[in-house]
Amino acid sequence: MSTLIESAAFRSEPEARALVARIHALATEPVSLMEVCGTHTVAISRFGLRSLMPDGLKLLSGPGCPVCVTPLAEIDRSIAAARMPDVILTTFGDMMRVPGSESSLEREKADGADVRILYGPLEALEIAAANPDREIVFVGVGFETTSPTIAATVAEAKQRGTPNLSVLPFFKTVPAALDLLASIPTRALDGFICPGHVSTIIGSKAYEPVARERNMPCVVVGFEPLDILAGIVMLLEQVEAVRRGTARASVEVQYRRAVTREGNEAAQRLLADVFEPCDAEWREIGTIAGSGYEFSERYRSFDARERLAIEIPETAAVSGCICGEIMLGLKLPTDCSLFAGRCTPRDPVGPCMVSTEGACAAFYKYDRQVS
Amino acid sequence: MCLAVPGRIIEIDGTTARIDFGGVTREANLTLVPDAAVDDYVLIHAGFAIQRLDEQEAQETLKLFRELAQALEDEKRP
Ligand code: SF4
Repeated sequence: MSTLIESAAFRSEPEARALVARIHALATEPVSLMEVCGTHTVAISRFGLRSLMPDGLKLLSGPGCPVCVTPLAEIDRSIAAARMPDVILTTFGDMMRVPGSESSLEREKADGADVRILYGPLEALEIAAANPDREIVFVGVGFETTSPTIAATVAEAKQRGTPNLSVLPFFKTVPAALDLLASIPTRALDGFICPGHVSTIIGSKAYEPVARERNMPCVVVGFEPLDILAGIVMLLEQVEAVRRGTARASVEVQYRRAVTREGNEAAQRLLADVFEPCDAEWREIGTIAGSGYEFSERYRSFDARERLAIEIPETAAVSGCICGEIMLGLKLPTDCSLFAGRCTPRDPVGPCMVSTEGACAAFYKYDRQVS
Repeated sequence: MCLAVPGRIIEIDGTTARIDFGGVTREANLTLVPDAAVDDYVLIHAGFAIQRLDEQEAQETLKLFRELAQALEDEKRP
């Protein structure tokens, strides 16, 4: 079987031990690295990698869970759409349990709303064809890994002339967020573990401005334990060179079997056709210029917000939750006074505890004993 | 949410492909990787192939790991 689908080769123990030894040898001074992608957060926790790190090396979780950064108002908007009698609301499963101001999609479904969990957005097209007198609304969350799949679906809908499919465009893009994180004056952040699958689409070149202008080391990393450990080694080598002043920060790729400098150009073309960049609000963080997508002129009619004229009530922040500071790399979940007491995956207070890829949920499940 | 799973293309029909995930097969859309061919390895996310995988690069990466492990072994020996 090919090493490309057999993960055992990327989990081999002697190699892991060698990489960990290398990390210990390199991390002689305190250093903080941020894994920006929620899938990395889960992998780091699941494989217990945090416990293998030297004392001075901190792995911080960034704003890399699209569910966690979807604003409360957008959750409320999805719920309001689900309540409309002619609407079939379609979504990825991750969104179901996220608490809105007073309900969740899961609760709406239990109360009789037609909410359907999809494996991929193309299924929404089939549902639209089978239900010509209903409006099919897809909750469009995701980073650049996911947004091309929705762009392709919408382009297909336009070509087929599907009249009853629309999308709530809650998309976020990663590079603008990294730039914000790198520019926080109080940050104690030394390098980014850049998201592997977002980068298959946008290419490693997307991080070059952040590396260059903020002198911030960036390494695009895969998701197997050896990938992550090797990525940390590469970052530590860069951080050391930057600190000593012998080199400027740059973008390197550890995940070379999947990521090129240019990325997926077909997907980029589709994104540029269907969407245009817009400012976007990140839950608990605030508005980041140019960090979201809305539909381009040609595709504007697919925007569910306009098509359905959804009214939502005012929203208030969740008191006591420090998700915002956690996602900015300023705090760890264990710094939150609600963590594991008032706030648990079963009864979550903030978004980072709801999504399985949220920093608080990953910490709760895997790292509590260690930290 | 950005999880993507590698699989091998075993059949292509228009923009739809059958993908083998080490024994389990499933359909995926090829719109985002228009040049993909049968026997290519691709990453699948939300029902779409999003990128082709490079076997040679995978081997190179593993070789690097092995060399590092070997170097550590050699260091330990007196
Ligand atoms: S533990 Fe709960 S309340 Fe505290 S930051 Fe995490 S999600 Fe928010």
